[in-house]
Amino acid sequence: MAPVTLASDKGRVIGTPDTAGQALSVRGMTVSYGAAPVVFSVDMDVPQGAMMAIVGPNGAGKSTLLKAVLGIVKPLSGQVRVFDRALKEALPRVAYVPQRASVDWDFPTRVIDVVMMGMTRELGLLRRVRPHHRARAMDCLARVGMTDFAARQIGQLSGGQQQRVFLARALAQQADLYLLDEPFAGVDAATEAAIIAVLKELRAEGKTVVAVHHDLSTVPDYFTHAFLINRSRIAQGPVAEAFTPETLDRAYGGRLATAPVAQMADTGA
Amino acid sequence: MSADFVALSLPPLVIGVLAAIACALPGNFLVLRRQALIGDAISHVVLPGIVVGFLLAGTVSTWPMLLGAAAASLVAVAMIEGIRRLGKVEPGAAMGVTFTTLFAAGVLLLEQSDTSSVHLDVEHALYGNLESLIWIDAVGWQSLVDPVALAGLPPELGRIAMATLGIVIFMAVLWRPLAVSTFDEGFARSVGLPTGVIGVALVVVSALAAVAAFDAVGSIIVIAMFICPPAAARLVTHRLGAQVGWSLVFAVIAAVAGYVLAGHGPLWLGFANSVSAAGMIATVSGVILALAAVFGPARHRAGQAT
Repeated sequence: MAPVTLASDKGRVIGTPDTAGQALSVRGMTVSYGAAPVVFSVDMDVPQGAMMAIVGPNGAGKSTLLKAVLGIVKPLSGQVRVFDRALKEALPRVAYVPQRASVDWDFPTRVIDVVMMGMTRELGLLRRVRPHHRARAMDCLARVGMTDFAARQIGQLSGGQQQRVFLARALAQQADLYLLDEPFAGVDAATEAAIIAVLKELRAEGKTVVAVHHDLSTVPDYFTHAFLINRSRIAQGPVAEAFTPETLDRAYGGRLATAPVAQMADTGA
Repeated sequence: MSADFVALSLPPLVIGVLAAIACALPGNFLVLRRQALIGDAISHVVLPGIVVGFLLAGTVSTWPMLLGAAAASLVAVAMIEGIRRLGKVEPGAAMGVTFTTLFAAGVLLLEQSDTSSVHLDVEHALYGNLESLIWIDAVGWQSLVDPVALAGLPPELGRIAMATLGIVIFMAVLWRPLAVSTFDEGFARSVGLPTGVIGVALVVVSALAAVAAFDAVGSIIVIAMFICPPAAARLVTHRLGAQVGWSLVFAVIAAVAGYVLAGHGPLWLGFANSVSAAGMIATVSGVILALAAVFGPARHRAGQAT
């Protein structure tokens, strides 16, 4: 097993990391909502074309890390490079899928309108929606198997259908890096299969995918890389290296029974 | 007959309709953001602002009072944010504390200062004086194209028309960012929208609507029009654009029906006097909301406890 290398020590960067070829590089990210940091001095590298799971216990700072990367929450410190550029420059190449529960699904809007929100940037303030925009939104819905629901009010969808709509909106952004916050939380098996199929398609197209993920048993099947976090980084790298009984034990602080963990990690190794 | 109508009824009707539109438009987004009380708060804190403006200027001229009202509404917004963060209470509580305190301060100021000689009192603040906004120079419909007569229009009409126009333009230009950031703030920020600025801009525009409408029709209409037409519209449609459209329809119906009912309703019922137009407009908007709650086609919604 390759030793886990730390690029920073107590927030101090050791050497200048090479960020070329990385879809996403984070250095010294610290986020705090109150007194105690939720994310502490995290370094992260996501190679282009990777499919990376962010794994860790509840309250480990997984979602917060994603939000801080995107500038949705303001970090105390930390640098973010996306495709070797400043975040602001690279933002058009990034798509974000928030947690499904973070929005009000009673909002008066239809499925197709939510997907069109993925084109917010290209439509700007006053540009008219053209038939080709609509056609693209319908294509995105087709990719997640939701064509028949285009005119539905979003409150009438099941949890899995809502998650697919969110994914379709991200597809409409035509990004190169996809950041998803718990895309499989509370969805049915068919939706999970549909979503992972789309994510694997994206990877086949050369896109990079990062997802906060809860179900440890599917990590080796779904992802190529893993990032283990419990406020600070525990491990990162290809699944076989970073997702091991030893790293999981450190991430979860012995809260997982050791035997199943070893089993899970073994299936990936 | 037509001369009477143009001189006595047309200006208050138009002012009432414009005030209703100015408040209902931003009200749609305030209601969807669960910030509907902001409108209530702003319309109350306008009172101390106007009194302070009057005390500083020493006259009942309009601009000091409007500036005072606008300043007070910004102070209120800052207070709400401050109380919410420092006191760690929910936004509704912070708004409640802010507007009752400032409104009470306004009433005290009004009692203590020598404003008895001028037309400035609590009743005026609540109900405005829609019926008194008449067009003395009008002799009939032809006055609408007579520059001399037009110059005699009530100044409130020009102010509310300008404010309404500004609000319509604001909503049209910022429609997409408002919709996206109201539905999904995290996503909005991830595509680079300045959600904080958008939120503040919405509150400032609401304050503009509240101050302009207060000037013409008093705060009771402001409170009603921020909430009732959008809430009723939400019950008849599942689409944002349609909701805003319906809210304008309801706002106009409330303004026209309220004005007519206030003037003629009591007479039809055999009473001698008419009632406050502002009060009746607010009441009609409440009735529309009640009807929408009972008959609205979109009143059954997923995700709601029944």
